[in-house]
Formats: sequence, structure tokens, C-alpha cells
Amino acid sequence: MSTSLLLLIIVLIGFIAYFAGRARSFAQSGGKLANLHSLPGYHGSYVAIWAMLPAALVLAAWLIASPLYIDSSVRASLPDSVRSQGEATTQLALGQVKSVAAGLVRLNADEIAALENGSANLRETLAAKGVALAGEGEPYMIKAAQQFNAMRTYSRWLMSAVVLLVAVAGGIYAIRNITTRFRARNQVERVMLASLIVASSIAILTTIGIVASMLSEAGRFFSMVSPVEFFFGTVWDPRFAAAGSSGESGQFGLLPLLGGTLYIAFVAMLFAVPIGLFAAIYMAEYANPRLRSTAKPLLEVLAGIPTIVYGFFALVTVGPFLRDISTQLNGLITGNYQNFIQAQSVLTAGIVMGIMLIPFVSSLSDDIITQVPRALRDGSLGLGATRSETVKRVILPAALPGIVGALLLTASRAVGETMIVVLAAGVAARMQLTPFEPMTTVTVKIVHQLTGDLEFTSPQTLVAFALGITLFVITLCLNIYALYIVRKYREQYE
Amino acid sequence: MMSEAAVEKALDLKMNTVPYKMIGKDVSVYYGEKRALFDVNLNIRENTVTALIGPSGCGKSTFLRTLNRMNDTIENCRVSGRITLDEDDIYDPSIDVVELRARVGMVFQKPNPFPKSIYENVVYGPRIHGLARTKAEFDEIVETSLQKAGLFNEVKDRLHEPGTGLSGGQQQRLCIARAVAVSPEVILMDEPCSALDPIATAKVEELIHELRANFTIVIVTHSMQQAARVSQRTAMFHLGNLVEENDTDKMFTNPDDQRTQDYIMGRFG
Amino acid sequence: MTELATPTVRVSTRPAESRRDIGIKRRYAAERRFRAYGISAIVLGLFFLAVLLSTVIKNGYTAFQQTTITLPIEFSEKVIDPKNERATDPKQLMTANYPLLVRDALVKQLGLDATKRPLVKQATDMVSASARTQLRDIVVADPSVIGKTIPVTLLAEANIDSAFKGQIDLSVDESKRKVKDRQVAWMNQLADAGVLKKSFNTGIFSFGASSRPEAAGVGVALVGSLYMMLIVLVLSLPIGVAASIYLEEFAPKNRLTDLIEVNINNLAAVPSIVYGLLGLAVFVNFAGMPRSAALVGGFVLTLMTLPTIIIATRAALKAVPPSIRSAALGLGASKMQTIFHHVLPLAMPGILTGTIIGLAHALGETAPLLLIGMVAFVVDYPGSPMEPSTALPVQIYMWANEAERAFVERTSGAIIILLIFLVFMNLGAILLRRRFERRW
Repeated sequence: MSTSLLLLIIVLIGFIAYFAGRARSFAQSGGKLANLHSLPGYHGSYVAIWAMLPAALVLAAWLIASPLYIDSSVRASLPDSVRSQGEATTQLALGQVKSVAAGLVRLNADEIAALENGSANLRETLAAKGVALAGEGEPYMIKAAQQFNAMRTYSRWLMSAVVLLVAVAGGIYAIRNITTRFRARNQVERVMLASLIVASSIAILTTIGIVASMLSEAGRFFSMVSPVEFFFGTVWDPRFAAAGSSGESGQFGLLPLLGGTLYIAFVAMLFAVPIGLFAAIYMAEYANPRLRSTAKPLLEVLAGIPTIVYGFFALVTVGPFLRDISTQLNGLITGNYQNFIQAQSVLTAGIVMGIMLIPFVSSLSDDIITQVPRALRDGSLGLGATRSETVKRVILPAALPGIVGALLLTASRAVGETMIVVLAAGVAARMQLTPFEPMTTVTVKIVHQLTGDLEFTSPQTLVAFALGITLFVITLCLNIYALYIVRKYREQYE
Repeated sequence: MMSEAAVEKALDLKMNTVPYKMIGKDVSVYYGEKRALFDVNLNIRENTVTALIGPSGCGKSTFLRTLNRMNDTIENCRVSGRITLDEDDIYDPSIDVVELRARVGMVFQKPNPFPKSIYENVVYGPRIHGLARTKAEFDEIVETSLQKAGLFNEVKDRLHEPGTGLSGGQQQRLCIARAVAVSPEVILMDEPCSALDPIATAKVEELIHELRANFTIVIVTHSMQQAARVSQRTAMFHLGNLVEENDTDKMFTNPDDQRTQDYIMGRFG
Repeated sequence: MTELATPTVRVSTRPAESRRDIGIKRRYAAERRFRAYGISAIVLGLFFLAVLLSTVIKNGYTAFQQTTITLPIEFSEKVIDPKNERATDPKQLMTANYPLLVRDALVKQLGLDATKRPLVKQATDMVSASARTQLRDIVVADPSVIGKTIPVTLLAEANIDSAFKGQIDLSVDESKRKVKDRQVAWMNQLADAGVLKKSFNTGIFSFGASSRPEAAGVGVALVGSLYMMLIVLVLSLPIGVAASIYLEEFAPKNRLTDLIEVNINNLAAVPSIVYGLLGLAVFVNFAGMPRSAALVGGFVLTLMTLPTIIIATRAALKAVPPSIRSAALGLGASKMQTIFHHVLPLAMPGILTGTIIGLAHALGETAPLLLIGMVAFVVDYPGSPMEPSTALPVQIYMWANEAERAFVERTSGAIIILLIFLVFMNLGAILLRRRFERRW
């Protein structure tokens, strides 16, 4: 019985259980609902939960545990000659056995017999049925595969039987519990509360997942490359070793990537902060409602545009524009028409990222500025200050902590931004001061190391997780500090 | 020599001879479509405390805010009529609102010191208006202003601590000092004691009394006792109209208008 | 009144000390400057928006038109199946020399000498190489066409398409451009004959990946994105709402809930690429789910969207006034009933608005999908979320990396499609907010 069919049957049993529970409670009440502690619907739900929940849990546990068990017993049955060759070979053989097992299901009895007495070639027979086999296939594999298939079939039947039994037993147990004074609603609500708790723990689980998965993969990386070399290395040159050769793995210096990340983020902030801040000030302090209600959403459109679009914009428009304008400038000043800004450069990526960040700065700062109490504005205006004096001398100083928090949040976004830099910053990992040449970032290299075919054993792949955890830690610190400041700021004016 | 009380009595008797500092003629205020003041004619006498009283929503605060054009900061608020300060029409295009507010200062209902030090709060006005240049000049302004506000002795050792750290009453006196530091001619006070406890209120009232010598003061209050204690002239507003304006003593003993009588007796409001 | 009777009414004169210089002129100049900075900041921001959108539209609107060449194709048996084997060997129809049919038809149409190889080659280059599969599919679907002559509308090759749309500068020296003078002449000849023309490009919506721009489309990517959006919606809405209800209504105020709170706010600001790493390590590597599958993409985007939805939902729940809760509790409803019968329905518009905005973000997200292998050359529609697929923004990324002019057009076209989806989603959110917004 397939898993989905089994699930369907469980749901069906649940339905039946619901109506049975309802009917029973109704019967018990003697037709007067007021006699019941809980409404019949709750009794029905109570029975349905008992019918479905334990069965579903058993099903899930079985689905996780049985492949592990079957794998280990098939592995134990492999010939000693295979198992003595180490973990990797055994794993490979197990994989082949599984392929064979998948193929055997499609063969008829005659063909299997032919395979068993050796008159037919395993690989060819299976290939004819559309199952590709990586190696030639050993005779022992047929036996192991048959054992595998048998165990799987047996496990499936046993699982179906047990799960259905649990479902029915649960339903019957619950129905027997129903009396007029039975507090079905409280029971049901306890289950609901539990599921709410489970849902909210997903947020925590995500963080744990991020940290644990990246730490473990990064740990494997650091077992191959020393952390000192990674964190303090100034050269990034991870060579993809040619197939078969186990030559040098290259150098994994984080510093050029980190330098590029921070440089581009800095240029972006340099571009976005004045524009965003002034826009926010004008919007909060000067703009009439009409202007505000049109300009503010329009600016926020910039925030809703996917970053890949910005990347394309940088690649097709801004990069070539900067390159051409630098050619003209250079020509006008020195007579030598040679561009000094590359199409892919720190400047290109920084400017485009800056455009993307404008709405972040402006709407975050706008929120902060409008939270400054009106009384302070009136106080200053009442003394004869002009609006700009009020803004510069009273409102901005009062809003400063909040604005700093907002800028840190924006900076965190700049550091973690990927698509713009992938398309606009270039791939050359170097340390330099000129913003006119390409540089690369942590995020670009994560993408580069992880696109294409992957092997989860080579440092070239695993380094991405070391980069990832670095990125995560940097943004985490920025975020938490920024959120802390902003929260403190809000509380001050509440 | 006359006793102090006698001097005051004489001063009050001469009230009718005191010149007008501000004259409001047919002042109406509209918030969008809604009319909040109806052709108010009210004159403010020089070096006098004028109290504006009336039930809430009667337009007394609105009138106060027209006197230094703080209504300008409210969206779609429109003022018609004529208000003069000395001989100048304050709504005349040639009059600058910043200059006006430097001459007509304001103290608000809730103490609103800036989140800066006490010292910086006081010098804020003089600094933006360029009234002083050197540190010594600023120091002097701070000392005299705080002294006028009766706060100097309480805070002289912590001038550089944040003004927001003071008690409510001290904060309000700091705001008064801040207004005084600009040396305006008129000080508007919008229910300055409504957020204060009785002891702090008494101090502020005493202060208002003393400030009268140098400034023209207009105070909005919801407390009739306060109006009786601090003011020489009282104006009673009701539903956007000026009901009666009179000497405070007369107002509280023998008002001309029945509505004033009712309000003072606590029949409404 | 008494005072009116007295003749002593005087107006004060302005005291001399009030005529002080408070630097009005200088201060107003500063005021104007400050205001100008503000206005120029807003104008600059809007200018960038305008440039960005106009670039995309200018480059992309032509992608919705495609030049086609309609030729009477003779499905000659001699070419397709010279030995008449198709009854026994169905492969024959798959491997037949279909380009030859196109060549013959074109030679006939243009009246060329079929023996002049270079000339004929230049002519056939004008038709997209996708003609081969197109004709093959016709024949395989209905072998009875063999021997007949049917007019077939073929795609023009990308450079001809560009030239016909006037995007190629023909004044450049011939050797430096991809479209030769002779081809241009033929193009005009075919256009005059009404054979070659521009029409609405349905292909961009239906085709899958292709190395030839004229045969590339976002059809497969749209299906992939649709799968992922469904998964995100089905998972993140209930989980997000459930989590928010617990945190907002039930959770005791202690350090653990504080931690969850900080955690969720932080998760909302974690770079999206980190979610890609998580998906790769947990779903693909650890749980053994297939790479490039929409299922994994959907899971990753769900995790990414959850914090947004939780934050929006909590705000919506918080906005429901406590009096509603007290009213229901006072009637003897349980806390759970109060929330599900009264609070949640009232908060629903806010929750849905937050969800739509979260979905819109997820739709445009690219970086995490790159890491879980959705940068794949997928030609066929994925039949289920488990099959390899790609997504709209990823398709844009892949096309952006192609050098050809025609791909710039396609990329911009795909961006327009993506932006149109986003506009509709956001409009939906705005309408929802307008329609149901309630002020307490």
C-alpha cells in the first residue's frame, strides 16, 4: 500500500471517527445539548484526533526508521570481500544493489530466472527496461537486491497493518471515553495549543537548522583547511582539482572577499544614506499629504523590485554607462580615450545597490522621525526656529539612535545582498582601493562554489558553508544590535 | 510708601489705562470646513496677565495659537480677521513668522524639554536667533533666564545633565526659562499647569506673577481658581465665541453675561 | 463695557530692543537650501525608479513580438522517409532531415539556385534552428501529412528578428554585423510578399529553456514558480498564523518568548542566500530530496517567508482591541473559541495583506534558488514539484548571463512578466487593505 493511499485511509477513518463521536455524544445527551459539557462537534473532533494523530505519528516514525533498518541489514548481508574494502565501497555497492532492486521489480519471472542462473547479463537486461546501472553488476547483487525488495515489501505490509490498527484502536478508545460530562473541548483545545506551540517552534528550529547545518559543513571544511588560513588568508584561489588527481586544493583566504563585501556595501551606503535620509526628512517634515501619499509609495516600489532586476539593470545599463562616461572624461582631460571605470566594478555594484537601499533608508527613517513627539517640534517652532533648524537641532538629535539602528539594518542588507553583486561586481578576488575595478564578495563566491555539479566532500564546495556562517554571524550581529537600538528608541517615546 | 497690596490694587485700578499689546479683530479660524472661532474681538494689554477660560473645545487654545501663528503648523487651518502686535499686522505677508515667534514665545501644556542638557535647552533660542556670540554671553543668558524662571538654584550644579531628567514642575519651569531666554515681548501659555501636581503648580503660578513685570502674558487655563489667582484680565470663550472679557475681579464676582455666571458656578463645562 | 467709555485706549508702540537682528535672511536661505536637498533627494529616487523601469520596458517590450516566416512546406516522402521504413522503425521520423524541407521551401520562395551552397546556407540561416523540432512534432503527431504541402509558420532566427524590429544598425560595415546585406534584402522581399511578419509572441510564455533566443521562453519557469508559490502559500500561511496566535495570545512573557521574538525579527533580516545554504544542507544533502526540484525551492522560500508573515499577523492580532476579547470571554467562550471565532476573522485582512506581500517577495527571490540547483537547463514542463524545474527570476538570471542582443530583449521581457505579476499581487494587497481596513 503506498504511503499516500495509507494517508488517505487514515483521513477517511478520521472522518468516520468524527461523525461517530458526534453521534455518540448526541445519543448520550438524550437529545438535550445542554446536558453535554462540550458541543457534539468537539466530541467528534476528539475522537478524530485520537484516530488520526497516533496513526500519523507511527507512520512518520516507520517511514524514517525502516529504510535505516533495511539498509543496515542489507549491508550486513553483503559479502565480506566488499565490506572489507571500506565505507565508500560498501556505500557504492549498496547504491548499486538498490538500483538492481528497482530494476528487478520490472522483470518477469523468466528473466529473473535467467539472471539467477547467469545466462543473461544483469546490466543489459536492466538497461532494456530503462534502469541504468553504474557498474557491471556482481552476481551477489541479485541476491541482495531480492532480499532488499522482500524486506521492503514486508515492511510496507507490516506498516500498513500497524498504522491502520493504531487508527482504529485510537478511535475506539476515544469513543468509549465519551460521556455527557466528558470535557472533550478542553482535550481538543489542548491538542490545538500543542500544534500552535509546534508551529511557533519552527522559527527557532530554522535558526538552529541554519547554525547547525552550516557549522557541521564548515567544520568539515576546517578539517581540511585550517581556520587561520581561511580567516586571515589574503589570497582566494580555490582550484577545482582535475578529475582523479588529488593535487593541491588551492587557497581559501577570506579577506579579499570580505574586503570586497564591505567596500561595496560602503559605497552603496554612501549613495543611499544621504538620498534616503533627506527624502525621509522631507516626507516627514515638509511634504503635504498629497505629495506624501504619492511619493512615498512610489519610492517604496523600489523596495518591491526583485534584486535580480537591479542586477540586470547594473549589467545592461549602469555598468556600460559608467564605462562610457569614464572614456569620455578621460578623453576630455588627457586626450586618451581609454575607460578607467570597468563595466563590472565596485562603483557599478555600489551605485545600483545604493538605489535599491534608498527606500529602506527612507521608510525606516521616516518611521523613526515621525515617532519624535509633536511636542518637541512645537516647542522649537514656538521659540521661533525655522523648520530646518528644528529638524537639524531638535528632531535629528532626538531621532539619532533610531536612525543609527535603521542604518545598521540597511547595512546588514547591503552585506547580504547577492544578485546585484553576482551580476555587477565581478569575480576577481583581490584587495584594492580603487572603486573603478571589479572586486568580489562573500555572497558571489558562495553562489560560484555551489552552482554546477557538487561533491559534498571537496573543500571547494564546503568552503561555501564557511563563507555562509561568516556572513550569517556578521549580519546577525548587525541585526541584533540594530533591533535592540530601535526597540529601545521606540520604548522611549511610547 | 504704599504696601505691596496697595500697589497692586492701584495697578489693577489703572488697568483701563494700560495700552494694548495685541489686538485681535474679527478673528475666525477654520479647520478645513469646520469653523472653530467666530469673529473674536479680544485685546491683550501690555504687562498684564490675560487668562482665557471656558469649557474644553471652546476655542481658547485655538485663539492662543493664532497669536504667534502656531496654527500655521496644522494642515488646512485657515485664519481670517486681523491680529496686530504693537502696530504690526502679524498675518501680513511682510511679517516673518520666525521673527514673530521670537517676539511672541510659547509654553505648552505638557512640559516638552528637548532631549538635551538643561544648558542647551535654555540657549537653544538665543543660539538659533544669534542673540549671543561668546560662551560668557550664553552663560549669562542661562543664568538670568533660569533665575527668572526660579529654577537656577535647583539646577545650577547640573546644568549639563539632560533636561528630561528633571521633575515635571521643574521641566515646565525649564520650558518657561527657555522661552524667556529669547526675551520675547509676549509669552503664551497653553494650560501650563495641567500636567503638574499642586505644589509645582503653585511655583509656576508664582513665577507667572513675577514675569508680568517684564512680559505680556496670555494664559489658557481650565482652572478658574488659577485664572483668579494669576490674571488681571479674563476672557471667557464658549463654542468658538468670546462671551465676555473683563477685569478678573469683576468677572469672578459680578460677570456681565449669564453664561459666564453659569460656567463659574460650575453649571456646565 | 466700561473700558469702551474710557478715552485712554492706546496701542503700545514697539519697543526699540525688539528690533534686533535675528539673521532672518541667512536663516531663510539655509531653510531653502535644506528644502531643496529634500526635494532633490525625492526627485533623484523617483528618477532612478523611472530610469530602471524605462530601461526594462524599452529593452523588453519588443520581446512580446516575434518575427515569423510562413512557408509552404512540402513534407516530401523522399526527404523524410526515403526507404519507407516508418511503419517498422518509428525512429525514422525522429531523425529525418527536416531542415532540408525548410531549405527547399525557402529556396523555392526566394527563387534561388539550389546548387549555390553558401547562398542557400545564408538563406536557411534566416530560419530558426528550432524549425527542425517543430516540423518533426508535426509529422510525428500526424504521419499522414507526409506527401502533402502545408503552410507552416516558422520562427525567424534571432538576428533576423532583431533586424526586422529595426534594432540592428545597418549602416555598420557588413563584416562587423551578424546580418548580411543579402539577408536583409531577402528579409524585405519576404516581408513584401507577406510571408515574413511580426506577430504577438506567444512563445515567450510557453517555451522552455533554449540556447536559441527565438525559441526560449519562460513557460517552464512559470510552472516552477507556480508550484513554489503554492507550496509557500499552503505551508507558510497556516504555520505562520498558528505561530503568531501562540506568541501573541498564549505565550507566557518569559525569556524563552523574548528569545523567539528576537529570533523571528532577526530571521526576517537574514540574507536570503543563507536560506539557500540551509536548504542545500538540510533538504538536499541531509534529507535526500532531489536537487532542482520545486519542492525544495518551495520549502526554502517558506522558511524565508515565515518571519514576514508572522510579523504581519502579530501586528494584525495586536490591532484587534481587547474589548472584543473581553466580550467573548465574558459570555463564557473559551480562549481558543474567542480567538478563532472573533479575533482571527477580524485580523484576517491584515494577515492576508502580509501574506501576499510575503509571497511577492518570495516570487522575486533568486539567490537561494541558485544554491539548491534550480539554475538548470529545463526544456520540458515539470509534471510534479519533485521534477527538475526552474523559476522565473532564475530564468532571468540565466538569460542575463547570455551575451546575445536577442537575449537582452528576452531577459527584459521576462522581467516585465515578473513585474506584472508583482504589480498585481501588490495591488491585491492594497485593495484588500483599502476594502477591509478598520480603524478602532
